[in-house]
Amino acid sequence: MEEVVITSGRNLPHIDPYLSIWGWEIPVYLFLGGLVAGILFISALFYLQGKSNEMKSAVKITPLLTPVFLGAGLFALFLDLEYKLHVFRFYTAFRLESPMSWGSWTLAAIFPLSVIWSLIHIDSVFPNFRFPLVFVNKLISVFKNYAKVVAWLLIVFSILLGIYTGILLSAFNARPLWNTAILGPLFLVSGLSTGVALSILFSRNEHEKKLLSKIDILAIGIELFLITHMFMGLLASTQVHIDAANLFLGGQYTAVFWIFVVGLGLLFPAMLKLIELRGIKIPVIIPSFLVLAGGLILRFIIVDAGQVSSWIK
Amino acid sequence: MARYAMVIDTRKCVGCSGCVVACKTENNVPDGLCRDWIVEVLKGKSPNLQLEIRSERCNHCENPPCVRCCPTGASYVNEDDFVLVEKSKCTGCKACIASCPYDARYVHPEGYVEKCTFCIHRVEKGLDPSCVEACPTRCMAFGDLEDPKSEVSTLLRSRPYKVLLPQAGTKPKIYYLL
Repeated sequence: MEEVVITSGRNLPHIDPYLSIWGWEIPVYLFLGGLVAGILFISALFYLQGKSNEMKSAVKITPLLTPVFLGAGLFALFLDLEYKLHVFRFYTAFRLESPMSWGSWTLAAIFPLSVIWSLIHIDSVFPNFRFPLVFVNKLISVFKNYAKVVAWLLIVFSILLGIYTGILLSAFNARPLWNTAILGPLFLVSGLSTGVALSILFSRNEHEKKLLSKIDILAIGIELFLITHMFMGLLASTQVHIDAANLFLGGQYTAVFWIFVVGLGLLFPAMLKLIELRGIKIPVIIPSFLVLAGGLILRFIIVDAGQVSSWIK
Repeated sequence: MARYAMVIDTRKCVGCSGCVVACKTENNVPDGLCRDWIVEVLKGKSPNLQLEIRSERCNHCENPPCVRCCPTGASYVNEDDFVLVEKSKCTGCKACIASCPYDARYVHPEGYVEKCTFCIHRVEKGLDPSCVEACPTRCMAFGDLEDPKSEVSTLLRSRPYKVLLPQAGTKPKIYYLL
């Protein structure tokens, strides 16, 4: 028997008895960041392949939402800061070893890129739309000349953004559940999957819907593979890592994870998409909504469970 | 360039919490928060029981994850191996709190992150940290590991010791004499 008691009294807010320093803001941001990374990646990819017209939703329509999503995500991050007046401090330093520093500089790059990318495409989605200021319209035509460069930059920064949302957590050795390098690729692929799911919603083109559905099924398959590997890695590691995996394998997060993330967020929508590809009509909103909700819940659960997992408690 | 560390004798510590009160007073730690605390570990099965009492705080690790993950450089290691927080650079992002396997940090009500400083303001004047000074059983020693004649070096040579969570890889610098 071993009984550990803190006898001097210690009840640090949001640290004891379990860490709860990150509430809804961080998972919402991680979800929106991943979603934006997914949308911009497929948009830039299909653009560079010259498929702008046949993949209109993925390339032109859905990216118009990315500045809004990124803005909302950044605002959530800002709300999480305990010393909001010092937010500028992220941009007075670059710390090579800090994933959060990489993330803040990546966001500083991808936010303007998402705005430029939206400006490039806004007139092909809303043909009669013109900015009341002449110089903005002139600026847009300049951007259009460099669309290819912007697309390549988007490929690079969207992958960085998508991976970083996972690496941010996996760099914390102190929280055994997070301390697995699989989180980077898992959140990247999950972001891609949610981005594709949103693009399908705005598509009016059967060919595009089918191709995007196939990409989403592939992404879901990779996600399931990575989730399996995450548990294999944790279970093959030290006792605290095994305890962390057990939070999902019989512990307090078991039901919510396997039902809402793996069941309703991955397997069920993948099945619906497979049925649809065989020609049976299913309202497109159902699988897309499930994938998006699954992605959001995944981040909530990982952020929460990671804080519960610990070396000492 | 000193390498300051603390040595705590678990056989002398009676768990009186004097160090906790001394730290709160010395450093004006806000209500409800603490930079050090007492842990009692009871092992075995009655009647064969063993009790270990430890005064715990930031371990001023040689491989500090809190410093590595800090995005602004607010968490840093000074030239004497103190792990410190520069509050004017701290955004309160809480990455350092998540990175600390000992849960030694907290958010000050004003928004920046705080923790044990080894009472650097006292050490600079040649004094011991307040917890060491206040200890009625003299179970704590503070000093430079680079100096072979210092009390900490002598104690570590003369007695078996352990550190907390060596498997976390942080190389802590608070040593517990067994």
